[in-house]
Amino acid sequence: MNQTDYLKARFEQLQQEEPGGNLAAVRSKAFSAFERMGIPTVRNEEWKYTRISGLFNKEYTLAADIAALSSNDLTTYQLPAHEEANVLVFVNGIFAEQHSVIRSAGISIQLLELAAKNEYAPIVAAHFDHSSSYVNDGINALNTALLHGGIFVHVAKNKVIEHPVYIYHISDARNTPVLAQPRSLVYLSENTQLQLAETYITIGGSGSFTNQVMEVVVEKDAQLSYYKIQNDSADASQVNTTHIRQTGTSVVNVVTISLNGGIVRNNLHAVMEASHAEAHLYGLYFQQGNSHIDNHTVVDNVVPHCQSNELYKGILDNNATGVFNGKIFVRKDAQKTNAFQSNKNVLLSDAASVNTKPQLEIYADDVKCSHGCTVGSLDEEGLFYLQSRGIPYKAAIALLLQGFAMDILEKIRLEPIRAYVTELIAQRLTAESI
Amino acid sequence: MLLRIHNLQAGIEEKEILKGINLEIQPGEVHAIMGPNGSGKSTLASVLAGRQDYNVTGGSVTFNGKDLLELSPEARAAEGLFLSFQYPVEIPGLSTTNFIKTAVNEVRKYRGEEPLDAVAFLKMMKEKMALMEMDQAMLSRSLNEGFSGGEKKRNEIFQMAMLQPKLAILDETDSGLDIDAIRIVANGVNKLRSKDNAVLVITHYQRLLDYLVPDVIHVLYNGRIVKTGTKELALELEEKGYDFIKNEVNSL
Ligand SMILES: Nc1ncnc2c1ncn2[C@@H]1O[C@H](COP(=O)(O)OP(=O)(O)O)[C@@H](O)[C@H]1O
Ligand SMILES: [Mg+2]
Repeated sequence: MNQTDYLKARFEQLQQEEPGGNLAAVRSKAFSAFERMGIPTVRNEEWKYTRISGLFNKEYTLAADIAALSSNDLTTYQLPAHEEANVLVFVNGIFAEQHSVIRSAGISIQLLELAAKNEYAPIVAAHFDHSSSYVNDGINALNTALLHGGIFVHVAKNKVIEHPVYIYHISDARNTPVLAQPRSLVYLSENTQLQLAETYITIGGSGSFTNQVMEVVVEKDAQLSYYKIQNDSADASQVNTTHIRQTGTSVVNVVTISLNGGIVRNNLHAVMEASHAEAHLYGLYFQQGNSHIDNHTVVDNVVPHCQSNELYKGILDNNATGVFNGKIFVRKDAQKTNAFQSNKNVLLSDAASVNTKPQLEIYADDVKCSHGCTVGSLDEEGLFYLQSRGIPYKAAIALLLQGFAMDILEKIRLEPIRAYVTELIAQRLTAESI
Repeated sequence: MLLRIHNLQAGIEEKEILKGINLEIQPGEVHAIMGPNGSGKSTLASVLAGRQDYNVTGGSVTFNGKDLLELSPEARAAEGLFLSFQYPVEIPGLSTTNFIKTAVNEVRKYRGEEPLDAVAFLKMMKEKMALMEMDQAMLSRSLNEGFSGGEKKRNEIFQMAMLQPKLAILDETDSGLDIDAIRIVANGVNKLRSKDNAVLVITHYQRLLDYLVPDVIHVLYNGRIVKTGTKELALELEEKGYDFIKNEVNSL
């Protein structure tokens, strides 16, 4: 069976077994969209520098059964302070309740298929699949079409969730290549606070492809901090779509750290639908080998007086390649928008490269928007300065690069996670053979 | 002999900048180098510190019995050479504290010593901070980033005080400083002085020399040391400007 037939059979099976209320119709529409558009190729302007079609030459297995993974398999991969966190585990893209723990009052978790039918149905109906209007490709549609084992996370009104929520995505590729399609809808009610930290782990050597879609709704006076750590193996690729709607005046802080993986494409959207909303989008990528990192961001200012701040910094070594594409839309009514964007890159080898492109579409006249990008090599003056104080060449490079990364790391306000990422980078720098 | 420069020639790309420098410094001495802009003073300092952009095309440099030109910049520092940069470099994201701690411990490692423990390091840092009239806030900021000219120069001498070099080369550390800052810098340098170490100060002004009281003054012009004298030479230069030197040289 070829890959397309395999996916189609799976779609038809799901439609029969898990109609999921209104979701059946959404899934059906999405499958048509997938059939129409297919896996994006480099002919699609949004995918010009990121070639994922080749990944689909593999015979992936979509998980139906996730029992094979034991809790023991998981302990090795725990993030620091795991014991105090709320834990959500996805195995091969499917929510694994047996591995998950909810400690905090005020959060409830359930399968999306259920939420679509119970008291949360109106929320699901209003927000599920909102991301598809911002990405025009078959890969997003594929996630929706094959929705299975996705979750709805609800934070109840006025709840400050003190314990962070750790989300683990495990791909169990010990036997076959895995196609994982995690899906979630996270809803922060009015006056809530939530901190998320998310990480990706592929076990086994058969390779994985993760096609994730996470939709988040942030209501009035809510605060979301979201830390994504991508440090999976070189044969683990992903397309990672995070679509955030700020439906109320709220603050969103997202930090995406990409340290390893095969081909990694991130779509991060902040749709600012309420005045005085604030979005802070930060990214740090440090790639080696033949890895490829692509960050596509969208900040959509729909109403007046929103503020966004975007800073992405990258270090690329060996043959690693990077892409940054930052879209800022300022709609006609979005006067007094204040949008800042910057992308800075350091290339450590001649073979490394980056394509960076700001894309501003401004339809209001009274706005402040600024953007800038730089691509350079290591600061030779700085290097000599450090060496002249007795710091050896390699250590001096490590200090310079750590310094470069610092203002992003500082944006991680969850101390154990910041320490963890800082240490990952320090280890990488010590091992670095520049 | 602490430093012996013999017929040093160096340049950048095709350009010849140093055209045969001879200079000897004994422990305990203070030497000053003066001379018009573009003469090669900073080039000399950079070549001594090990900047790779410059090609040494001839001559030799012995520092503390070792062939200096064979050593990496970090080894030169660890051997006890310090350059206070004319233009200190800004390093974003690296605090002065973290930087100097790394430097101190790397130098100790080179010498086969244990790293300083946190208490000893803090004590030393507090002492040198007080000497240079710097505060903790300044040391917590990114190295030199957004520092005023005076703050950068004070930070250079602070680093010198922390590293306690055998030879400190000060490249126009006094330029652009107000009188208070010059006094602080001079104090810092004088604190370091002992019978075992030496200072090579590059300057245009008498004011710093009033504090440091050099034993020898050299005039560098067009890549050569064209005149060497006692501290009175500096007064003469201050009074007459560099023209009389230029005329003397050019009429030869
Ligand atoms: N990195 C460089 N590239 C090109 N020319 C240089 C460089 N550094 C110095 N020079 C040239 O060498 C000469 C001496 O410069 P410098 O050593 O800075 O003089 P000083 O410090 O005495 O003012 C000048 O003509 C200067 O332009
Ligand atoms: Mg100079």
